[in-house]
Amino acid sequence: MTLELRGITKRFGPLVANDRISLTVNEGEIHALLGENGAGKSTLMNVLYGLYQADEGELVLDGEVRKFAGPGDAMAAGIGMVHQHFMLVPVFTVAENVMLGNEATGFAGTLDIGAARERVREISQRFGFDVDPDALVETLPVGVQQRVEIIKALSRDARVLVFDEPTAVLTPQETDELMGIMRQLRESGTAIVFISHKLREVRAIADRITVIRRGAVVGEASPTATNAELASLMVGRPVELTVHKEPAQPGPDAFVVRDLRVLDDTGHTHLDGITFSIARGEVLGVAGVQGNGQTELTEAIMGLQSHVRGSIRLGEHELVGRSVRKVLDAGVGFVPEDRQVDGLVGEFTIAENLMLNRSHGLPFVSAGTIRSGVLEEFAQRTLDAYDVRASGIQAKAGQLSGGNQQKVVVARELSRDLSLLVAAQPTRGVDVGSIEFIHKQVVATRDSGVPVLLVSTELDEIVALSDRIMVLYRGQVVGIVPADTPRETLGLMMAGERPEGTAA
Amino acid sequence: MSTTAKVPVPVDESAPTTVPLRTALKAPIMLGVVTLLVSLLIAFKARSGKTTFRLAADTDFFDLPEITVPSTATVATVIVLLAACTAVSALLVGRGRRTPVWLVALFAVVAMIGFLAWAAAGKSVPVIGLLGGSIALAVPLVFGALGGVLGERAGVVNIAIDGQLLFGAFAAAIFGTVVGSPWGGLVAAMLAGALVALVLGFFAITYFVNQIIVGVVLNVLVIGLTSFLFGQVLAEHPQQLNAPDHFERIPIPLLGQIPVIGPVLFRQTILVYLMYAAVVVVAWALYRTKWGLRVRAVGEHPKAADTVGIKVNRTRYTTLLIAGLIAGAGGATYTLVSVPQFGQEMTDGAGYIALAAVIFGRWDPVRATLAALLFGFATNLSGVLSVLGSPVPSQFMLMLPYVVTIIAVAGLVGASRPPAADGEPYRKG
Repeated sequence: MTLELRGITKRFGPLVANDRISLTVNEGEIHALLGENGAGKSTLMNVLYGLYQADEGELVLDGEVRKFAGPGDAMAAGIGMVHQHFMLVPVFTVAENVMLGNEATGFAGTLDIGAARERVREISQRFGFDVDPDALVETLPVGVQQRVEIIKALSRDARVLVFDEPTAVLTPQETDELMGIMRQLRESGTAIVFISHKLREVRAIADRITVIRRGAVVGEASPTATNAELASLMVGRPVELTVHKEPAQPGPDAFVVRDLRVLDDTGHTHLDGITFSIARGEVLGVAGVQGNGQTELTEAIMGLQSHVRGSIRLGEHELVGRSVRKVLDAGVGFVPEDRQVDGLVGEFTIAENLMLNRSHGLPFVSAGTIRSGVLEEFAQRTLDAYDVRASGIQAKAGQLSGGNQQKVVVARELSRDLSLLVAAQPTRGVDVGSIEFIHKQVVATRDSGVPVLLVSTELDEIVALSDRIMVLYRGQVVGIVPADTPRETLGLMMAGERPEGTAA
Repeated sequence: MSTTAKVPVPVDESAPTTVPLRTALKAPIMLGVVTLLVSLLIAFKARSGKTTFRLAADTDFFDLPEITVPSTATVATVIVLLAACTAVSALLVGRGRRTPVWLVALFAVVAMIGFLAWAAAGKSVPVIGLLGGSIALAVPLVFGALGGVLGERAGVVNIAIDGQLLFGAFAAAIFGTVVGSPWGGLVAAMLAGALVALVLGFFAITYFVNQIIVGVVLNVLVIGLTSFLFGQVLAEHPQQLNAPDHFERIPIPLLGQIPVIGPVLFRQTILVYLMYAAVVVVAWALYRTKWGLRVRAVGEHPKAADTVGIKVNRTRYTTLLIAGLIAGAGGATYTLVSVPQFGQEMTDGAGYIALAAVIFGRWDPVRATLAALLFGFATNLSGVLSVLGSPVPSQFMLMLPYVVTIIAVAGLVGASRPPAADGEPYRKG
């Protein structure tokens, strides 16, 4: 089946999310849609999938113009989607998820769960998946959940499959396996749209590449193009992809974590006795697939977790058992992993957000009153120094783009004397230009002699910035290795395997 | 602080998941407290004499004998048994395990026998009346709870169960009288329940208004409306508008003649039989049909349902309306059985008890029904004991259903997981 998008335009109020985008995907072809976060890739796919209605343009399947009122229509026409955030009901079994919306029924609407099981087995066999139809989805690893999504699409005889940022939650090994599956699907004649912002993956698998920027197609590229070419197309200017940094000059150990255990309220163990240390002027990268204890580690350091055992020492201070404010007063800077939820107050102005961690006293507060003159002067200076693109310091933080929001958070955390920087996912959902800037700030902080704990699920980011890498798996340290450890080794470690020759 | 991680919690599967001590300890502590309370009964107010339990009804195939026991000795035995149950529970928790449900059930039954032996010393306890009356009193609670389960499974929190019951009772009284048949009243009651559900859906689903607030407002609105109309219209013309025919008891042949079970379960009105059917049908529909799968999907992960072509809000509306029909039928029991007459605020907050049954029953139709039956039993017990002349002040007995609710929900349910999207309006995109 051949899919053609002709001049698709989608507006949200004054914002043009898709501006006359045209795209053709042929049978047995993998077509990559490359663009930054917010470039309009997902909007385009939601139009294709019937979740949004296009304002202009048409959708052509095998030469026939189609109109989709909802996802049901799109599926009936043979379009399937593997969503970035899996569209699976966690408390349902695999078979129930696969049959949902497309149920085989017997007498009086009774579910024919047997037929669904059979379908799951049959498709699993065809692609060599090992998926138990009766397993509860919430108990499955993410990689397997993704396969359930694929089975779900294939069980509706999808001839066009859209993969929306499918590798974001996968380990490098799982990513390789996924690519194998995609190739297999291509061989069987499926047309595939692969949405990504990861250059390496796009180059590895795509037959054709279309680059979108700010809602419009800015060019086509072949998979033989270099990373630099693709990146500059994507961003619209030449981009520095590698982080320039001098070798670390580590001082004495300044931040020492010993036998740290974190439990949640239901008694589950999230961190199981981890031990590490960071020297002054050193970046320790924490690698691992999302959900292996990284969040709990950063929150335990900040005093945000309630069941913490073990010791976290920063210089002379023991941080375990301290309140968040006392941790901040000890000089810990914290870039939280979700800036919208934990990093900023969207309804506050940029200036107000910049003083959130110093709301108790000088320089911004005196006698319980905010010194607006000092704050405004500081905010303006910071805005200029960090190149935050906003209408002014009184703009609401919630209205900024992801990259600019993150710059505000980073600016706030770095604008005071630090004795430790904890940065979690500092560049998630941030445009390439801002990534460059934020990375430079992290390196500069290191060079000023501050220990840095960098948590990221992007292995590239970890490798680029870290001096040593600690890999977490299921709440335990798999190993702490030098930054030049091969990606394959790191990938294995992220899956919990401890390769020979690496110290635990 | 929340995490945005969608991945399952990483736990080492090889190690057994230990139940957190604080949660697990609740059960033995609760059992211990109840054991202590029962002990206090004889310590402070020992009662001499014999207690008789009457088990026979005159319609049975054969007569069961009356059981007569010495009050004090029975209570003493019961206390020993209760202490043993508590010890077993504590022992299990000490080994990192949970207290099994059967142990709690056994404990409850034994404690109840002990309490009755004490309270009715020198008198006789009509066991059949106690149990049969419980079923009758539980009918509105069961219907209400079933409605609540359906609504919440689809993702709409229904605080307005009480309003649905009351409006159903009101409509049943008027239409039962006007039409001249209790069936007319029943249909009107169901439609009245659905009407309340429609208003709830309109605000909660279409306009994203906070569901708790809409529900509470609807309850107050229905109380005000029915009280006003009752005072202004029904009280003026009681014969024309507030004297419905009522449903008669229909003994089921054979089944109704089995000792104990027969008179308790099968010599009831048609509404009770409808309730049995409703429980079975709702449980079957929710778990075994395409419709039920979609309802559950919409309550757990509406976006996922949307992406497979299920109309989320339409599903929520239809489910809520069906739930309204069911809850409304529960309301009919107030005015179409025994005393066929509407009175102001006659539900007495039963809808809130039904809501507690939904949560105690962990959003499952069968468990919620059992919870509702328990509350019905507690209500009837207070009535029966006040007739017997129990030594407990009647005010305390009136509190019993609510105390049972609190103990049940706070003490025994623990952390149960509601449908993930319960109470959250669905916005597209």
